[in-house]
Amino acid sequence: MADSAWDPSLATDHVTTATAPRHTAVNRVTHWITALCFFALLVSGIEILISHPRFYWGEAGNSSTPPLFTIPIPASRATVPTGYSYVLPDQNGWSRSLHFQAAWGAVLTGLLYFIAGIVTGHFRRNLLPARGDLKWAALSNVIAGHLRFQNPGENESWSYNVLQRLAYLGVIFVLFPLIIWTGLAMSPAFVSAFPGSVTALGGQQSARTIHFFDCILLVLFLMVHVAMVIIAGFRSRMRAMITGRAGHR
Amino acid sequence: MNKLSRRKLITGAVATTAGVSGLAVAANLADRYGLIPPARRGFYSPGDTLTYASQRLLTRHSMAREFPRSEISKTPFVNGPPFQSAEFKRLEAGGFSGWQLAIDGLVARPGTLSLAQIRSYPSRSQITHLACEEGWSYIAEWTGVPLAHVLEAVGMLPQARYLIYSSMDPNWEDSMDMADALHPQTFLAYGLNGGDLPVGNGGPLRMRVPRQLGYKSVKHINRLKVTDTLKGYASDSSYSWYAGI
Repeated sequence: MADSAWDPSLATDHVTTATAPRHTAVNRVTHWITALCFFALLVSGIEILISHPRFYWGEAGNSSTPPLFTIPIPASRATVPTGYSYVLPDQNGWSRSLHFQAAWGAVLTGLLYFIAGIVTGHFRRNLLPARGDLKWAALSNVIAGHLRFQNPGENESWSYNVLQRLAYLGVIFVLFPLIIWTGLAMSPAFVSAFPGSVTALGGQQSARTIHFFDCILLVLFLMVHVAMVIIAGFRSRMRAMITGRAGHR
Repeated sequence: MNKLSRRKLITGAVATTAGVSGLAVAANLADRYGLIPPARRGFYSPGDTLTYASQRLLTRHSMAREFPRSEISKTPFVNGPPFQSAEFKRLEAGGFSGWQLAIDGLVARPGTLSLAQIRSYPSRSQITHLACEEGWSYIAEWTGVPLAHVLEAVGMLPQARYLIYSSMDPNWEDSMDMADALHPQTFLAYGLNGGDLPVGNGGPLRMRVPRQLGYKSVKHINRLKVTDTLKGYASDSSYSWYAGI
């Protein structure tokens, strides 16, 4: 081994990486429970949406009021004017039950993740971007790299780049809280105790519409997330999130 | 190593015992304070129970939002074709003067009330949201008698825990706990937006439970039964029994 290639910092890194997992056990477990709950929420949410694929703004809206927009699909209820001559099978019973059960699962799991993220410093260390990385020059560099489909460097299997950090922070601290909030704002009992939770959104139908768009953004995130995992190396990234072990440096 | 695993074993056993007895105490307390929904459905029991317990802790006495007149929806949406049976049509032809509301179960004075008798009770109005589980909603002014007043008039017994309410439409029967049955905004409604309650919106008499989704506001009410148990009722539905959500 040539002396000139010896880098002590790399050596220390290697020792720590042999013991510390890429993702902590809490993060791995909560990641997969959240994934399962999200899948259940998405499928059941689509089923519920099919019973009334029309959206409104404000407090109230129904088939005899003008919609903000409609999803051009048939509905599972004959009372909805969709332009289609047939009615899809009604799946709302189990869908609603699954939706709320999975919502509880996601919220409780998210709470555990949130507390662990603060206690272990996960948010501060792994997700908060360095100040320098937020400068336009640094940002544009990373964006350009993504646009040129450059393969991620080896260090990226150990640390998130600034775009990943921003995306994860947006999902964890904006999209997830907002979808819980807008979900609760559709609950007649919850808003009886906390009326401000729905009036701040512009009404119950507005809450439903925001809930829908938030879901679209989360699905977009999921698609990019899965695509990135595949591009970066499906096996190594999956192994890191399941067993905690990442590739060698 | 041996010592360590023994310590682990003891800690584990203590933690498990504490956990199990803690859960048992919690379940007992939850039941005593009415936090366990009476109708749970196997796989969905955890979700049902968490929702109901949270809502009963947060919203036992909270009031549904009421709206100004300007927020009333132009057309109170009629959800599907009206209920029709020979007897219903006959009663409708007679202006529902023969409509009877039967009340039985845990009450001191079971019997029947006519629509006229129900209308003679002090009436109340509320402008509230009717939100369907499908996603649509409308705001309307509902006039009727608070259910609590009727239950008091027939002498509801102290051991009452639930109210089962039935429609003339044999497909509809539902039940609720006393937190909602005695809630000041839970009405037996006979008026909508200043007129009689149209048949399409549940006339002549509809349960209005504004703190729960529309499917708990059963139409064409003709029977109330006060009970202390829901065994045998409302258990096989794929929809959640508690619909405050």
